[in-house]
Amino acid sequence: MSTVAWRVTRWILLIAFATYFLIPLAALLNFSTKDPFTRERSLAAWRALAQDPTMTEAITTSLLLALLTVVGMVVLLVPTMIWVKLRVPRATRLIEFLCLLPLTIPALVILVGMKNVYAWVNYLVGDSPLTLTFVYVVLVLPYSYRAIDASLGSLDATTLAEAARSLGASWFTVITRVILPNIWPGVLGGAFIAVALVLGEFTIASLSHYNTLPVVIVFINKANAPESMAAALASLLFAALLLVLLSFLDRRRHHSGGK
Amino acid sequence: MSEAAPLAGPAPGPAAQPRAGRSFRIGPSVGLLPFFVYVFIFLIIPTITVAVGAFRDDDGGYSLTKIRLLGDETALAALRNSLVLSFSSAAIGAVLGALLAYLVVTAPPTSAVRRIVSAVCGVLAQFGGVTLAFAWMATLGFNGLLTQLLADTVGTDPSGVPWLYGMRGLVLVYTYFQIPLMVIVFLPALEGLQPQWREAAVNLGATSWQYWTQVAFPLLRPAFLGSALLLFANAFAAYATAAALISQGSFITPLLIRNSLTSEVLLGQRNFGFALALEMVVVVAIVMSLYAWLLKRTSRWL
Repeated sequence: MSTVAWRVTRWILLIAFATYFLIPLAALLNFSTKDPFTRERSLAAWRALAQDPTMTEAITTSLLLALLTVVGMVVLLVPTMIWVKLRVPRATRLIEFLCLLPLTIPALVILVGMKNVYAWVNYLVGDSPLTLTFVYVVLVLPYSYRAIDASLGSLDATTLAEAARSLGASWFTVITRVILPNIWPGVLGGAFIAVALVLGEFTIASLSHYNTLPVVIVFINKANAPESMAAALASLLFAALLLVLLSFLDRRRHHSGGK
Repeated sequence: MSEAAPLAGPAPGPAAQPRAGRSFRIGPSVGLLPFFVYVFIFLIIPTITVAVGAFRDDDGGYSLTKIRLLGDETALAALRNSLVLSFSSAAIGAVLGALLAYLVVTAPPTSAVRRIVSAVCGVLAQFGGVTLAFAWMATLGFNGLLTQLLADTVGTDPSGVPWLYGMRGLVLVYTYFQIPLMVIVFLPALEGLQPQWREAAVNLGATSWQYWTQVAFPLLRPAFLGSALLLFANAFAAYATAAALISQGSFITPLLIRNSLTSEVLLGQRNFGFALALEMVVVVAIVMSLYAWLLKRTSRWL
């Protein structure tokens, strides 16, 4: 194929893909800014996002869940991974296997089996949508693990730890003040993906009857379709923003790694 | 491997002599205990509950009643539909996704095309299915963008396309997140294709066609098949998109599970969800182990 023909084909294909991906998003925007009866443009649906108490409550719940999940993930996974790297390297494969296991066990299956566990959780900490945090930490494990592992792998953690230890640092200091600052981009990357996943999670929340944002989006669609479309587009754009920020972080890491 | 074995025993040394902890093999492993306990409670116990529950009958005894119910017409039809849906969305997604990945990889690494495609793919592949289902409802459903456009120009039914809420609609919407996922998982393999291999082939007198059919395709085949399997598992495990699109009915396995959960009080439905969930784990586990095996073969070259 000649170069000109290839370049033309390439652009035609790219435009075709762009059209396919953009039309549904444009449709969301169109639907959410249109009055369903008069068909006139209106921003009522977008205003309702901030005013409708059901919606604001769901947004608050989802954001809190995202925050708690990130905290839980960081507290559980980061020290464990650093500890494995420094002291128990023979457990590396086991930890990796456990972290990637949620990819093989669908969220729907976890939900079906978690009734007994959640009976105890609700008994011990009360019945609140925020208890979903516990199972969400498991759901985000594969993605967070990969992000943190990439950071940790490019670091000579053992030497750093030995240096810190020989200067009298405790293991707590080693983990929080020596290793953690060095793998910060990976942790942040894992956190971003966790936020995006939690904000979009529907399976477990809806079948446990907790009103998180995606659940309310589906629920409200029957009464006020434009508002649910506005919420869908808004959450999608928010996730996009997070992942774009993530890609910038990634680039910075590649830069500093290349030097 | 006996990696986890030392964890089982009690920890005698470190508690008494913390300074001597280093010399004990068991000492540092204790630090992993919180992680193991957490994963055990929130991942392993639910999975075991499903596996055991599938073999229980309504009185608490063990029986194969629920497993036999999987052979029922309803469950079999749902499984068949699920497999067809996963296969077609994975096949379409893999082919188109590989094409898009190739278009991206031939652009310079810093180009805008590449960055935009990666960002959009990341969002669409990883951000839950509810919004995507809604996006397509806003396109082809009642009062949708394309619906209105087509109704005004061609004169089609202005109430939306009826097949959106059936199998064809599901394939269409699933493809919308399968293509991006394919781009994400297949891009690294394409990037691993060394330009030197092409130069070597051309030096030996190969045409472009020969390079592709005899060098590049054979090298990429395991990665392509592996990614396609991942797409298959992804579609088979997906629930949100279908649930948001189809509020009633249960013609694929995940929706049948929803049905059995919400109508648990019905006679014979109790624990049937466990059997269906077990079926789902088995299918996904088989597909994912094939994927892991292919991944190992890929890493030999790319």
